[in-house]
Amino acid sequence: MNIPAIEVHGLRKSYGNKIVLDGVDLSVAAGTVTALLGPNGAGKTTTVHILSTLLRPDGGTAFVNGCDVVRDPDGVRAVIGLTGQFSAVDGLLTGEENLLLMARLRHLGEKRSKTRTAELLEQFDLVEAARKPLATYSGGMKRRLDLAMTLVSTPSVIFLDEPTTGLDPRSRHTMWDIVRGLVAEGTTVLLTTQHLEEADELANRIAVLDGGRIVAEGTPDELKRLVPGGHIRLRFADASSLDAASQALREHGLDESARDDAGLALTVPSNGGVGALRTVLDRLDAANLEVDDLSIHTPDLDDVFFALTGKKDESGRTEANSTDTKGTES
Amino acid sequence: MTTTITAQRTTAPSAVRQSHVVADSITMLRRNLLHIVRYPGLSMFTILGPVVILLLVVFVFGGTLGAGLPGVDPAGGRAAYIAYVMPGILLITIAGTASGAAITVAMDMTEGITARFRTMAISRAAVLAGHVIGNTLQAIIAVALVLGVGLLVGFRPTAGPVEWLAAAGLIVLIAFAVSWIGVAMGMQSKTVETASNLPLILTLLPTLGSGFVPTESMPAGLQWFAQYQPFTPFIESIRGLLLGTPLDWNPMLAIGWCVVIAVAGYAWSMAIYKRKSVR
Repeated sequence: MNIPAIEVHGLRKSYGNKIVLDGVDLSVAAGTVTALLGPNGAGKTTTVHILSTLLRPDGGTAFVNGCDVVRDPDGVRAVIGLTGQFSAVDGLLTGEENLLLMARLRHLGEKRSKTRTAELLEQFDLVEAARKPLATYSGGMKRRLDLAMTLVSTPSVIFLDEPTTGLDPRSRHTMWDIVRGLVAEGTTVLLTTQHLEEADELANRIAVLDGGRIVAEGTPDELKRLVPGGHIRLRFADASSLDAASQALREHGLDESARDDAGLALTVPSNGGVGALRTVLDRLDAANLEVDDLSIHTPDLDDVFFALTGKKDESGRTEANSTDTKGTES
Repeated sequence: MTTTITAQRTTAPSAVRQSHVVADSITMLRRNLLHIVRYPGLSMFTILGPVVILLLVVFVFGGTLGAGLPGVDPAGGRAAYIAYVMPGILLITIAGTASGAAITVAMDMTEGITARFRTMAISRAAVLAGHVIGNTLQAIIAVALVLGVGLLVGFRPTAGPVEWLAAAGLIVLIAFAVSWIGVAMGMQSKTVETASNLPLILTLLPTLGSGFVPTESMPAGLQWFAQYQPFTPFIESIRGLLLGTPLDWNPMLAIGWCVVIAVAGYAWSMAIYKRKSVR
């Protein structure tokens, strides 16, 4: 199947005078994870709500599995699952009853509903708490139950709206494992997050949303390369090796960007790729130079985030950046 | 933790989906009944209120109020007043359950589970119908219990089996119609607090009708309102069926009002449901 699982063109949405989405384009291939990354108020949740048929767009088109979210919402609803920022669980029922409720609403049949519920309780580590009221659940348990409820019918496209917000590190890693497991099964995931680490961990592709527009899109590595500042730092045992190394590298056209005599270190600009590293090491090997310590500094997504997303100004958009990065979309 | 998902993918063609309305309504009803069983506090409240009013008007005001009823021997005032006021108390009971429905619906809306329902291919009507039918059942139970208390304090209906059946049918119909209004009010309310207050208007209506005193005793403007508002034919029909007072056109009017109220509540709820379930 070659049609993208999610296909969005020129999506617009505004509330009164406030423009929330200002022409979002997005395409998510089936079976992949795309992270929608952006600061608060960028329009991430609005995008997810439109795609999950909770909101109508003002303009543009959006297709999920080939179904138009406006014209065929039920077609979309049959294949999607949404786990939102706020837990969508029935707080007056037990975990088991919540899952059974979902199974019945997905028309799995009474017997299948029971087995599926048992399966999910097992998978999501909720067996012990299954018959306890939700009031006794921790935040992480509620989030797991929430996701389990979304997965009752094994939807082929899942929207996760800030799935780990407010979770402790252990719960967050559990959630990540679950998402990886889903993708291994062929599920398409669109996840929104403010955490770059999360996008980096999970996503095949990242779309940076800011001020209602996609300001950059690509693989995590592609995005990191947009931001200057990647370098390799080499430390040597003594000043003579430092001198020799500096010379060896310069001879081969590898300019040191900084030399730290006191720290016996050289800093060589790098795009963070393995190729660049190998070139540097090969040169040093050829000159028979021992490197005491080596570290690679890639710009992390935090740098990307701050560089790409508008900061203080109300419009929340930095035009220079958005035009800069358009060329990198593949 | 490893996650293995082994269920078949469910993609129902739209023709099949239509047939799920009834099944979904039953599922939603089960959920609401479970809520009632699990958290009986709200239901208790809808019974306790009318019982307190009943005891108050019968034992505190009943002697005097009963003596003022047309054609009543002042000595038998209290007994006469129990008979007079009971249909009104039953209607207050039904009206009171509307606030239960409104609170339940408003809580659902703030819990985010309604948004989840909307992202699933469930008929919108089924979600609301679950609330309405659940609340109707609750109202019927409440009416039965309040009626039981009424019998204990001396309410003596003269109805035969046919009249009892007709009265029961009418009570179900009124409860159904009022539940739709309760659900709509719950949808309309931005907070649970509003949802619990808004339906109080309904509880007031029996007192502004023929529930506690004959409408003839009211001043002209109020009398006009009392005679033409829906609760007066409701009360007069129940009174006629249980106690043999003249029915006239009241049962027809009552059924007509039920249809109008139910349809209005349905349309109101559906309209809000479409635009309001996202936070």
